[in-house]
Amino acid sequence: MVFQSFLIKYAEIGIKGKNRYLFEDALVKQIRHALKHVEGSFQVTKAMGRIYVNAESSYDYDELLEALKRVFGIVHICPVVQMADEGFDDLSQKIISYMDEMYPDKNLTFKVECRRSRKNYPLNSQEMNRELGGRILDAFPQMRVDVHHPQIMLKVEVREQFINVYSLDIPGPGGMPIGTNGKAMLLLSGGIDSPVAGYMIAKRGVFLDATYFHAPPYTSERAKQKVVDLARLVARYSGPIRLHIVNFTDIQLYIYDKCPHDELTIIMRRYMMRIAESIARETGALGLITGESIGQVASQTMQSLAATNEVCTMPVFRPVIGFDKQEIVELAEKIGTFETSIQPFEDCCTIFVAKHPVTKPNVNIIRASEKKLEERIDEMVKTAIETAEVVVCEP
Amino acid sequence: MEAYLDNSATTRVLPCVKDLMVEVMEVEYGNPSSLHKKGVEAEAQVRLARERIAKTLKVAEKNIYFTSGGTESNNMALIGAAMANRRAGMHLITSSVEHASVRQPMRFLEEQGFSVTYLPVDQMGKIRLDALEDAIREDTILISVMYVNNEMGAVEPVEEIAQMIKRKKPDILFHVDAIQAYGKYEIRPKRQGIDLLSVSGHKIHGPKGIGFLYVGDSVKIKPIVFGGGQQKDLRSGTENVPGIAGLGLAAQEMYRDHQEKVERLYRLKEALVDGVASLDGTVVNGLTGRDSAPHIVSVSFEGVRSEVLLHALEEKGIYVSSGSACSSNHPSVSSTLKSIGVARDLLDSTIRFSFGMETVMDEITYTVDTLRQLLPMLRRYRRG
Repeated sequence: MVFQSFLIKYAEIGIKGKNRYLFEDALVKQIRHALKHVEGSFQVTKAMGRIYVNAESSYDYDELLEALKRVFGIVHICPVVQMADEGFDDLSQKIISYMDEMYPDKNLTFKVECRRSRKNYPLNSQEMNRELGGRILDAFPQMRVDVHHPQIMLKVEVREQFINVYSLDIPGPGGMPIGTNGKAMLLLSGGIDSPVAGYMIAKRGVFLDATYFHAPPYTSERAKQKVVDLARLVARYSGPIRLHIVNFTDIQLYIYDKCPHDELTIIMRRYMMRIAESIARETGALGLITGESIGQVASQTMQSLAATNEVCTMPVFRPVIGFDKQEIVELAEKIGTFETSIQPFEDCCTIFVAKHPVTKPNVNIIRASEKKLEERIDEMVKTAIETAEVVVCEP
Repeated sequence: MEAYLDNSATTRVLPCVKDLMVEVMEVEYGNPSSLHKKGVEAEAQVRLARERIAKTLKVAEKNIYFTSGGTESNNMALIGAAMANRRAGMHLITSSVEHASVRQPMRFLEEQGFSVTYLPVDQMGKIRLDALEDAIREDTILISVMYVNNEMGAVEPVEEIAQMIKRKKPDILFHVDAIQAYGKYEIRPKRQGIDLLSVSGHKIHGPKGIGFLYVGDSVKIKPIVFGGGQQKDLRSGTENVPGIAGLGLAAQEMYRDHQEKVERLYRLKEALVDGVASLDGTVVNGLTGRDSAPHIVSVSFEGVRSEVLLHALEEKGIYVSSGSACSSNHPSVSSTLKSIGVARDLLDSTIRFSFGMETVMDEITYTVDTLRQLLPMLRRYRRG
């Protein structure tokens, strides 16, 4: 069956009181944005608490659904047949053909659920349920009614202009439309965790910026390309991401020269947070996002997290903090970043890593070590921020 | 300044090769199998290329089969010959330093029930003749050895191997992977006793996606690609006419004033070897004289990871490889270097420099100077 219309259902944004229209408008905007990458022309309309996507040309069903399944805020996508009201007999006929076409195998249970927003329709909802159910049974004797756990939930909605008939509820990603919850800065490495963290925060309607720390010649052009690729994959959900690529080599070598090597990673990460926060301030982001998970590596023990966290004044969001690696991997696979993340290029966190880095850093000792950097570090940080390259990553 | 010293990974297409290919795409664009004039024109280009290549090897044109490149040539030679001769025996011999496009088909053949002997090499990367002779069994049907090793430029004793085969068990087929050797050496398959010879286009300033396999007259071989029966049923598929034309011309160019070209390459090699030897903490791997390939130099740099050095050189416009470029997307430790006994701590510190027809002496000088600057800085910062 070729569907011309899709009913977009959303949940949380329906309950936001007077702000509701803001959320709906954001969702419409995000849907339109997502559809730009789908071949064909589509109309996205908002009517009476409902959002519809109408195809105005031929299109590929799977391509359209893939795109819609990546728009945060959508809870269900229902391919719908919109029928003009030409009387109840006509409606019954059309519904019977709909059932016939949708379900070639008739050995199924069903239930009819009618709703009327046009209250002057000759039959009320209960009468419609009974009557339509009866006519479907007459047409297809193998079908059975099951009002508790039907295999087919046939929905009929009598609206002002037309009647909606649908029986498919395709799950969307849920969450809230991008742009409804401000902006945050994602610290994106080439690993598995940070793209997932970005996805999770974006899912709550947050617009993403990102920062990547590049350390040529210790990290390669390919490692950088990999991060751009990851940002583009996340951007399929979050919309365009401005990726700030910071050259971190000089800072890293300076720390290596001045500080104890077992504290290298922790001090480096503190500077990464400071730099990301400065860039976040410039871009109007209100928080930082990392892919840290407690205890995963030496720099993510509770002590290390506390030590890196204390240099920030912005909130730091760590959405995968309580996840096991396997759980993160599963999400990465689901959102399609895993394959790219596991390409073997070195990132700048591992190049000088000590054989036995401190796992329980004492903040006072770390601060003392950082004192040794005083002479040049502020200037170097400033240069790194000023010379950062910005790449706009679009899907 | 830019110095492209990664010609064993790939080379730049010669301008005359490019021009010919464009002409073939625009004018002689027919399918060589078509009966009309367009087909005949395209076929003429294929024939011309075959003629040019055959001349460089002093063999008949009919012995040249075009493939999609070195990897396919090796696959076709090994799998095709093994399958065609399996009744005569199921034993194959190769070295432990072959390219993956020989190693992996061998693994596949092992899965198909063949047994394969992998012979070690000496410290210079050369296969030992006596060990090879000892490995030959009653049921040995094929020996495959590379002409020039792609990672360190060692030259295998191809002729001696062929003579030994002739003496010991003349019906054994001898395959030579000449992907790094063609264009650098005068190869005479018939005189040298080579039955199958693999060549790739893009290592000799020709295009990518094209290569050929020389198949000797009496060699029994089966196709590994099936279809419309082109190239006497051995390699089906519409011929890549622009690629073939380009390959033919590149081959001809490589062997024009050949001695001079090779001499020039050796001078570049000597300059680089001398230059690198003057730096602290460097080890040049394998042989470096006229008994080694003219275009490959493998150097280990103590205390520097090859990937870091590679990217540091890249920033200065110098392009090199760590390990073997064809497989170096995965920075795994080179099996060749391990085989020749490069010290463990140097395995991950080895860079390959390789020259082409366009490489000039200035690039070598610049590279040595740049290394002299970079190495002390890079050695200051180490892991751990």
